[in-house]
Amino acid sequence: MGFFVETLIGGLMAGMLYSLVALGFVLIFKASGVFNFAQGAMVLFAALAMARFSEWANIALGGDSLFLANLIAFLGAGVVMFIVAWIIERLVLRNLVNQEGATLLMATLGIAYVLEGVGQTIFGGQIYTIDVGMPKDPVIMFESLFEGGIMINKEDFIAALIAAVLVGVLTLFFQKTPTGRALRAVADDHQAAQSIGIPLNRTWVIVWCVAGIVALVAGIIWGSKLGVQFSLATVALRALPVVILGGLTSVPGAIIGGLIIGVGEKLSEVYLGPYVGGGIEIWFAYALALVFLLFRPQGLFGEKIINRV
Amino acid sequence: MIYRENGQFKTTYAADQQIFTIAQDKWFVLGLIAFAFIGVPMLADEYMFRAILIPFLILSLAALGVNLLVGYCGQITLGAGAFMAIGAYAAYNFMIRVDGVPLVAALLLGGATTAALGIIFGIPSLRVRGLYLAVATLAAQFFCDWAFLRLGWFTNYSPSGSVSISNLSAFGWAIDSPVEKYLFCLLFLVAFAFFAKNLTRASIGRQWMAIRDMDVAAEVIGIRPMWAKLSAFAVSSFFIGVAGALWGFVHLGSWEPAAFSVDRSFQLLFMVIIGGLGSIMGSFFGAAFIVIMPIFLNQALPALGSLFGIAISTAGVAHAEFIIFGSLIVFFLIVEPHGLARLWAIAKEKLRLWPFPH
Repeated sequence: MGFFVETLIGGLMAGMLYSLVALGFVLIFKASGVFNFAQGAMVLFAALAMARFSEWANIALGGDSLFLANLIAFLGAGVVMFIVAWIIERLVLRNLVNQEGATLLMATLGIAYVLEGVGQTIFGGQIYTIDVGMPKDPVIMFESLFEGGIMINKEDFIAALIAAVLVGVLTLFFQKTPTGRALRAVADDHQAAQSIGIPLNRTWVIVWCVAGIVALVAGIIWGSKLGVQFSLATVALRALPVVILGGLTSVPGAIIGGLIIGVGEKLSEVYLGPYVGGGIEIWFAYALALVFLLFRPQGLFGEKIINRV
Repeated sequence: MIYRENGQFKTTYAADQQIFTIAQDKWFVLGLIAFAFIGVPMLADEYMFRAILIPFLILSLAALGVNLLVGYCGQITLGAGAFMAIGAYAAYNFMIRVDGVPLVAALLLGGATTAALGIIFGIPSLRVRGLYLAVATLAAQFFCDWAFLRLGWFTNYSPSGSVSISNLSAFGWAIDSPVEKYLFCLLFLVAFAFFAKNLTRASIGRQWMAIRDMDVAAEVIGIRPMWAKLSAFAVSSFFIGVAGALWGFVHLGSWEPAAFSVDRSFQLLFMVIIGGLGSIMGSFFGAAFIVIMPIFLNQALPALGSLFGIAISTAGVAHAEFIIFGSLIVFFLIVEPHGLARLWAIAKEKLRLWPFPH
């Protein structure tokens, strides 16, 4: 029983991390109807920027304060992500208004290539580490309840906490601030939003910027867990089933979807994997999402798809 | 000015329903095929065959298949690489498990197996559409990646995980030199291209297009969506499967699942979008663009660098390739969202009136 709960909790933590990446997809899809395949590349780009900035800041500061170096790096990487968002809007999205979904999808794939290339040219293509001072040692909890207790990775726990806080902040931002309301208006109806004076282009920059910041947070957490390297870009492919399971247009959907996928992956790998040779995590997530889709084609929390002739 | 279609009158229905109704078009295509069969083997060298021409032919075939599904039936797929893998491994298993099966039969059986599995993986399309479907097809991709890596039966329990095929021969014709491989692939491609062209002109192709343009309306006028969508999946998978088998047998010779990764799927989708959705001609343009571009960049960038006295490292070249490739894709999508086939059509239109456009 203890082992089962341990796997379950591990799955929930992993799911929280998937949600972080999935959140980036949802934000952009909601506001601009673009399915952003470049989210993984953005995570890689942001993590690279963060890793290198913190390295450089640490040298510049003489290695005194890791916290200060990380803070500077975070702000720097945030600015970089803002510039990236601005350039993408200016050079790509603005020229592709009213194109078909497939075309926009391909355009974001092109952006992904460019980001991967530029990121590695500027920041280098080696493996870097991000050290934000997260504790790595596991803790044993609930020893009274289960025999031997449950081992929880502190790092995972903090990561999940950060993710939860981020989601809370984003929800507040979307519900309470004027900018958030403008974003929701644009997501609802481009033309109506434009007609009441919401500038579309600026809104898109903001939304890509927010997605960039989310990518940065995801990049820091994933990066400090796995190291910053090229394979970080493929994290988007792991998060895709989360998005379609939760629904492309729903922020809570991304969170719940992430948790379901995280738990499903871990449980299937532990209990089903040994019978079929292991390594089933990645396609199991997709299969799980597919099963959900067969019953609810718009995802768990997505807006109902209405067909008009 | 190059040619006019006026004065070419049709007096029978048969003449009116030919593939190429304009004589010049027909002669141009026939000339092109003749050049591909006779001229190219005389002109190209071995490197050209290995690096450019054979990949181009096989990927064109795969792109044709993807275009039938995405361009004609409107079902976005990101699982094309998986279908290539299924074709390759199915054909391999027919080759080694069935005694005396001829090469061509094995390739076609590989395609047929892919078609059967394509129908299964196409079932979600009855329920979900658009981007949801695109992601759903990724399930096929990752499942196949896993199955061919982990399940030993498919690779005949090869210890290294890679499988190989040698001594290809069809109808007593030993296919071992690059020229012969090229001609073998070309035969397949020409046959399948005409097959595809005729399919899209026939009732089944029209059903696909109706479904693509508006599926509810198509249903109302009596087209069965299930039949149309699943038949598109089957035919497209058949094409892609045969292409995959050719890729493994003829181009690679020995391969492992990584040869058909998700990158291949993206690549194939790029081909049909850059080439032109819903255009047979576009599949060829797209394949040529995607095959030649990386090779060209690989050659041109270091040369360009040395011109300015900058030595570009191998990693630098790889990154620069990424950047240029990505920007070109975005550029093409912005400038001509309907693909290279549209540019071709515009050029033809202009040439008709040239040099007196008014």
